[in-house]
Amino acid sequence: MVVRVQTDDFDLNTEIKQLRENNPQIGAVVSFLGLVRDLNDGQNVSAMELEYYPVMTEKALQDIVVQANARWSVIDSLIIHRVGPLLPLDQIVLVAVASQHRGDAFAACEFIMDYLKTQAPFWKKEQTSTGARWVDARESDELARKKWQLD
Amino acid sequence: MKIQLRFFASVREKLGVSEQTVDVPDEIKTVGDVRAWLALRGADWAETLSAEQPLRTAYDHVMCEADTLIEDGKEVAFFPPVTGG
Repeated sequence: MVVRVQTDDFDLNTEIKQLRENNPQIGAVVSFLGLVRDLNDGQNVSAMELEYYPVMTEKALQDIVVQANARWSVIDSLIIHRVGPLLPLDQIVLVAVASQHRGDAFAACEFIMDYLKTQAPFWKKEQTSTGARWVDARESDELARKKWQLD
Repeated sequence: MKIQLRFFASVREKLGVSEQTVDVPDEIKTVGDVRAWLALRGADWAETLSAEQPLRTAYDHVMCEADTLIEDGKEVAFFPPVTGG
């Protein structure tokens, strides 16, 4: 398990290569790449600032991976989340999950993203044509997380 | 008892403080008590920390509920719902 919170950009190919390096057990890697869009809630976004809670954010991400590992057969996984100033087109987040078969990797990757969206302490502040605004949490993200709950 | 307070994002901006060590009165036992106690500091605090706000709290770097008991030297954080990813 690798969890990184960083200001620097990352390279998808390099990261996936490292994740699966020298492990012939891995038959599938599913990755999710999140990007900065130039439009949100009907307003143009010219820039964004991502804030986080050092120590807690890393801990929350690790806890999400532990939960995913308990539910699916995961060989290895990676979360990289950028913080600080970002611009439209920039990469924000990468989640990659390696497993023997695709089913586990697809499910675990989506689970990790749905939990990250609602449980990991990150906050986005957008610069728009009418000024700066903190992004509001979406109910759809909370519903996406709830679909994974086991009763 | 001394605890460390942390505030993030819009909560940090509204209160004008990001972190602070405070000496907590004996009757303050839980994270919810800390929130109610801080709300007495003034209008900005009362509004930002009011029960109507969709505020999230963390204790010792883990998301927590209002009834979480606090201990000396630990960190209590207040922030809005998260919006990463």
